[in-house]
Amino acid sequence: MGTISLKNISKSFGSTEVLKDLSVDIKDGEFLTLVGPSGCGKSTLLRIIAGLEQQTSGDVLIDNKNVNKIRASERDLAMVFQSYALYPHLSVRRNLETPLRLRDYNSFERLPLIGNLSPNKKQKTESINQLVSKTSETLKISELLDRKPGQLSGGQRQRVALGRAMVREPVAFLMDEPLSNLDAALRVHMRSELSELHSSLKTTFVYVTHDQAEALTMSSRMAVMIDGNLLQLDTPQEVYDNPSSLSVAQFVGSPKINIFKGSSDSSGTVNLLNLNLKRKSSETNLELNIGIRPEHLEISNQSDEDTFSAKVSYRENLGSDIFFHVNTEDGMNRIIVRGIPQLTHEISNGSTVNIKRAPNKALLFNQEGKRVQFNNA
Amino acid sequence: MQAKQYIGESWKHGILIIGAILVLLPFYMMVSMSLKSQQEIQSISGGLIGAQEVQTFPVCVKTGYSEETCTTKPYIYNYWFAFEKAPIPRYLMNGVIVTLSIFIIQVLVALPCAYALAKLRFYGREFVFSMVLFCLLIPVHGIALPLYVMLAQAGLVDTYSALILPWTISVFGIFLMRQFFMTVPDELIDAARMDGMGEYSIVWKVMLPTAIPALLAFAIFSVVAHWNDYFWPRMVITGNRDLFTPPLGIREFRGGIDSDEFGPMMASIVTVTVPLIVAFIIAQKRFIEGITLTGMK
Repeated sequence: MGTISLKNISKSFGSTEVLKDLSVDIKDGEFLTLVGPSGCGKSTLLRIIAGLEQQTSGDVLIDNKNVNKIRASERDLAMVFQSYALYPHLSVRRNLETPLRLRDYNSFERLPLIGNLSPNKKQKTESINQLVSKTSETLKISELLDRKPGQLSGGQRQRVALGRAMVREPVAFLMDEPLSNLDAALRVHMRSELSELHSSLKTTFVYVTHDQAEALTMSSRMAVMIDGNLLQLDTPQEVYDNPSSLSVAQFVGSPKINIFKGSSDSSGTVNLLNLNLKRKSSETNLELNIGIRPEHLEISNQSDEDTFSAKVSYRENLGSDIFFHVNTEDGMNRIIVRGIPQLTHEISNGSTVNIKRAPNKALLFNQEGKRVQFNNA
Repeated sequence: MQAKQYIGESWKHGILIIGAILVLLPFYMMVSMSLKSQQEIQSISGGLIGAQEVQTFPVCVKTGYSEETCTTKPYIYNYWFAFEKAPIPRYLMNGVIVTLSIFIIQVLVALPCAYALAKLRFYGREFVFSMVLFCLLIPVHGIALPLYVMLAQAGLVDTYSALILPWTISVFGIFLMRQFFMTVPDELIDAARMDGMGEYSIVWKVMLPTAIPALLAFAIFSVVAHWNDYFWPRMVITGNRDLFTPPLGIREFRGGIDSDEFGPMMASIVTVTVPLIVAFIIAQKRFIEGITLTGMK
């Protein structure tokens, strides 16, 4: 089992409040990502779960047991750190053995030389060796066991750090931005490996990252945190399609969602630029922020009532997609539009294009950034 | 162009060579005098090793050795007589006992202190650290008398304890190790805590191995200072020759009827200095290994 419940967690450092009354329920076997910009308190939350940091108020429950007073090492969690935090003076094998030795040997057996006199030590050593070799085979690091961490590449260190967390077979893994020290290609590769590892281990993963792409690709659910508040906790698809607030919509998705200034009239008709949306807003007579993701806008040949024209200021070619940074004619909005390379390769900087929006994709937010729904009717 | 470069380079080397000669000259004199006869030393002749003529040494005869034993080459006589006249091995052993005990206890005290000051959060930490810095400013000689009185009251004068105890808490060591521990990433300590280590295990099993370069630097300071210390042993060792440290031992060659026999005196100084130089060379090699050890990222 590996359920973790956080109940009304608050944390202050001096007078600065880092976490504000946060509650999360993490299910057994789930890959939950805590995602948010730097300084939003996600790492602090992870450290509170781990027991490395004490919350100012609130409860942490692991498998329905309150662990507020239980030390980090006795919570049966394993953590993978951003800098890997391998013991630099020990070989990879000893790095993997260390958590097991500390857990399995008693203090007498850990003594050098005379510790070997203990009758049970031999058996324990054998089981430790077995676990280490099993883990190193899973992670394909068997041939690295006798090296020191200093002799490994970034990706290899990452694996060893994972291995050190895995050997103990903990109830949950806590990962603090484990991929952010890797180069871009390796990071993408490790994402899929981590996902595979999660599905084969079936253990709870709590994963902290500032990279929304990692959160979207790997997690079964993601928790978006901004400024110490939990803004939304849902599946990646739901968070992407249906963000609860403007900040979530802006944080999730790359390139960023386009935000237009607009308003709704007394009948609820939403107006932006020269367009009217077909769906009616549930709130009338309101200044609105209308969000449309870049992939829901396209460059069109004709101009009609559903299009608006804009001037291309920058063309960002990614090979599979081209993103056009365009300015609307009134000069108020700078937006990003996705174009398909085959259809748009002739468009260059400075040209004027017509932009058409996909229907039923716009998101409404009020001035405070709260989501405003459309009328279903 | 190239010639110009050479001139620029030779300038630097010239200055460095002069500096090196100035520093090494006393050592040259020391070694040279420990090999030569008294006449050669006084007439400043004979180069590095002198003529090494077999001769009879009058001071030796006066001390009561047979004329046959006293007739030999100067370098053999100097070293032989140095060891005859004073129990130099005993002094060297005392030196080793005292400096090693001081260093080991200093490490035992300084590492946990430095760890607490660098990595633990507790009320008053900054104040304690400023006190440590303040203690760095107190000159040893200023508190020597009160220390002596305290040791005398405790009945510890003329014991190893008197030589060791006052130096066991090294504020310099605490400061140096604290500065080094500040550079050790917090995540390493957190990882150790997650693995189940207690705070003391962290100090000895994680911090100590990563701190070996800093520890060696500290060892050089500590061992050199206490091996060469003349002031403190002179104060607390008042009569018992068995407790003499090497610098006190050298003093035996000063004064008395044979007051200006420099050969054996220099020979004893060479024997006292060589262990330090050897230790330093070994430490230097380990020093570089120690730096490569910290493969942290």
